[in-house]
Amino acid sequence: MAPSSVKLQELIRVIRTAKTQAEERGMIQKECADIRSAFRDEDPAFRCRNVAKLLYMHMLGYPAHFGQMECLKLIASPRFTDKRVGYLGAMLLLDERHDASLLITNSIKNDLNHSSQYIQGLALCTLGCMGSPEMCRDLATEVERLLKASNSYIKKKAALAAVHIVRKVPELIELFIPATKRLLGEKNHGVLHGTVILITEMCERSPDTLRKYRKVVPELVQIMKGLIMSGYSPEHNVAGISDPFLQVRILCLLRILGHHDGDASEAMNDILAQVATNTDTSKNAGNAILYETVLTIMDIRSESGLRVLAVNILGRFLLNNDKNIRYIAMMSLLKMVQTDHNAVQRHRGTIVDCLKDTDASVKRKALDLSLALVNAHNVRSMMKELLPFLDNCPPELRSDCASGVFLAAEKFAPSKRWHIDTILRVLTTAGSFVRDETVPNLIVLITNASELYCYTVHKLYRAVLNDISQQPLVQVASWCIGEYGDLLLTGVCEDVEPMQVTEDEVLDVLETLLQSHMSSPATRAYALTALMKLSTRIRDNVDRIRKVVSIYGSCIDVELQQRAVEYNALFKKYDHMRSAVLERMPLMEKGSPNHNDQSALISNGEREGGGETQGGVKLQPPVASQTMDLLDLIGVPDASLPEALPQPLSQPLTGQTGIESSVGGELLDLLGGIDFGGIPSITAYNKNGLSLEFSFQREQGSLLTITLQARNSTASDMTEFIFQAAVPKTVQLQLQAPSGDVVPAMNRGSVSQSILINNPNRVALKMRLRLSYSVQGSSVQDVAEVSNFPAQAWQ
Amino acid sequence: MDSIKIVLCGAAVNKALHVFHSLSQMQFMLLFSRQGKLRLQKWYVPLSDKEKKKITRELVQTVLARKPKMCSFLEWRDLKIVYKRYASLYFCCAIEDQDNELITLEIIHRYVELLDKYFGSVCELDIIFNFEKAYFILDEFLLGGEAQETSKKNVLKAIEQADLLQEEAETPRSVLEEIGLT
Repeated sequence: MAPSSVKLQELIRVIRTAKTQAEERGMIQKECADIRSAFRDEDPAFRCRNVAKLLYMHMLGYPAHFGQMECLKLIASPRFTDKRVGYLGAMLLLDERHDASLLITNSIKNDLNHSSQYIQGLALCTLGCMGSPEMCRDLATEVERLLKASNSYIKKKAALAAVHIVRKVPELIELFIPATKRLLGEKNHGVLHGTVILITEMCERSPDTLRKYRKVVPELVQIMKGLIMSGYSPEHNVAGISDPFLQVRILCLLRILGHHDGDASEAMNDILAQVATNTDTSKNAGNAILYETVLTIMDIRSESGLRVLAVNILGRFLLNNDKNIRYIAMMSLLKMVQTDHNAVQRHRGTIVDCLKDTDASVKRKALDLSLALVNAHNVRSMMKELLPFLDNCPPELRSDCASGVFLAAEKFAPSKRWHIDTILRVLTTAGSFVRDETVPNLIVLITNASELYCYTVHKLYRAVLNDISQQPLVQVASWCIGEYGDLLLTGVCEDVEPMQVTEDEVLDVLETLLQSHMSSPATRAYALTALMKLSTRIRDNVDRIRKVVSIYGSCIDVELQQRAVEYNALFKKYDHMRSAVLERMPLMEKGSPNHNDQSALISNGEREGGGETQGGVKLQPPVASQTMDLLDLIGVPDASLPEALPQPLSQPLTGQTGIESSVGGELLDLLGGIDFGGIPSITAYNKNGLSLEFSFQREQGSLLTITLQARNSTASDMTEFIFQAAVPKTVQLQLQAPSGDVVPAMNRGSVSQSILINNPNRVALKMRLRLSYSVQGSSVQDVAEVSNFPAQAWQ
Repeated sequence: MDSIKIVLCGAAVNKALHVFHSLSQMQFMLLFSRQGKLRLQKWYVPLSDKEKKKITRELVQTVLARKPKMCSFLEWRDLKIVYKRYASLYFCCAIEDQDNELITLEIIHRYVELLDKYFGSVCELDIIFNFEKAYFILDEFLLGGEAQETSKKNVLKAIEQADLLQEEAETPRSVLEEIGLT
């Protein structure tokens, strides 16, 4: 005698009384055991109830695969209840990837021909939900036959089953075309709705079919007219609108048929205008129709008047109380801002107002759209809106907003002074959200506005007096104070309130930055270097600087310690060179904010790092190079080498950190460059008198250091020498600062540079070089491949 | 039948989810409580149980984290999510790029109306204890993710008839049971 079976609702009740997950699991396991044995006993009596219970437990997250076959048995049963639960189980537990799903094909086929329309309905529904391509092929003709049935209940379901078939097996499209033409003439909304969807799917997948269906445009227009003009139809009415579901579907099909076709577009022009002007906008249903209408108008060959109508609808949507509508409007406007830029511009005011919207998603879209609308004419007024927005916007939007503002400023700045003011404003209000790569970009920008050095340094100085917490701001400010400190001290600048700044005050500020716990390591490095630079720009307090520098020579931070030690050396042994070393930086090339431009040639795996290195290389060559030359001349340096080992490649590079670490690294590399017996050196390049020799040193694991020496055998110096390199995708490359940019003539010296390579997959090493230099007044550029790396360098 | 080479415009394989995208389709509908308990799940795309669980978990978390004043639409992975809260239940649909979010809200609302009419002032407990009926109603309203019947009356009528069929099938048996003949 089978154990008495718990009723479904009783089981649910009991399971819900479980107080812990463990208790629930216990109940479930017990019930599953009972159900399993009932299944084993092949007792049909409670099969239906047991499967239903299993489906409940499946929803709670427990495995129910042992019920799959039982579903099949239920489907095959003659009882309606069994079939109902069996098909439900099939839809929940089986999908086209299960082999078992094929087994129900036969049952479905039988049930498609059942005398009860409800059973036919179950079969169609299941096929339309989870039918595999094989099942679809097997049953397509049955479904097609049912499309021609006399029963609307069946026809509407068959239409959607056909939709599923067409999605899975597009080759079967042709099969359904004849029936659909007839179905479009039906009065039943369910059938019409399904038919329109079927035609839509067919047209989306087959350009041939699309062409055939263009001729039904007039018929569709008629149906739309009927829906709009018809009086109140209670059956299909939603908020006073007749069948918005069907209207939206027809509009969508019209869009596909009218796309790229002038005649079809013209045929639907009037109805679109009618719908656009007459649809009630007070409820969501009406707005759904208007939204679809706008999408259609924008995607077909509509007259300009109609397009303006569409954009105006969106403009009105922006003022709607319903935030969903505002969001939709924003999204749509964003999609058309490129193609219909002027039309969208007309709504710029409303869009900008939406920056103050209460909804975060709307705000975000408004920001994207506002940034897309900035052009040379409106840049000043747009910034007047965007900058206050930056002050108040939610933190997750700050960094995008800051980047967007920088980009827009870069593209459309009406003047350099405005540009710098805008940058300063962003740095002071959202400084901590600014992306790290902005710092070197901004520095380049500042150096290129030479007439504004005084103004810039004064403004930055004042900003830093107020607030030292925002790292990008502090970094840029330190750099400028270091570079242009002399201008700061002379105190005279037209556009800034006169302010007497003493040397002590400036040094105070820099020392505060050095000592503050708010300063990141990169910031402290900037500050120290700035201090050092000031030693040649001030008169009275050089000793103070000397003292600070020497204190930091024993700083725990290895980075700072290294710099301090070198600057100390500059004070002690190389004092005569100090002013040359620390003089004003030369103008730098404007790097693009988007490092991708260069990345084809210069890659080091991680884009961020690549950008940093490039920026870093450009920022510090004179300092590092002069230092390196000194050490070069004397061989082994006097100053004791810090503990620093070549920094691991995984360290994120920010600002100058990468470069400074390279100095120590290079020292060791110079020593390491003396071939410690191992990998033979190669001549990587030799052309037009310029030769590049690579020597190798393997570090731990997959790391390799290549030291290149560039020599020049021609009669004239090669100046502005720049070496760039790219490596295969899986290899990471990091270029350290070169020792200089002048390759002396007649082999009288060399430029050396370290290349750190990480080759974890041990692929064959290849390198593409790009060299540029000037010789005898003309510039030379060359690209070369190096593929003669010795195997020991990468194996 | 000639085979036709079809180019599926915009079809993409989402490597993470192993789902083939058409251009406009409801991919799934989830109902869950404010505590994140799943009350109904209808999937219109083939996914493994594991993938379904992962999607459910992540999406439920994302939706529950939204504040009440936020709008009903969000972009999640490469889908558009339309959700609305009715009392203690979240109704959440995943649609594709070309789908109309506003009409999806109407679909959700229509389903809630159907449940409400059927159960008489529906509440979460109704859906918990009669989950199979909630599925039956859904399957009478949507097929393959699309609305099959746009008249509320017709959907309810069909459900009513099907329920009658079920009762007719069951009643004779219980009578027999009562008199001990099974």
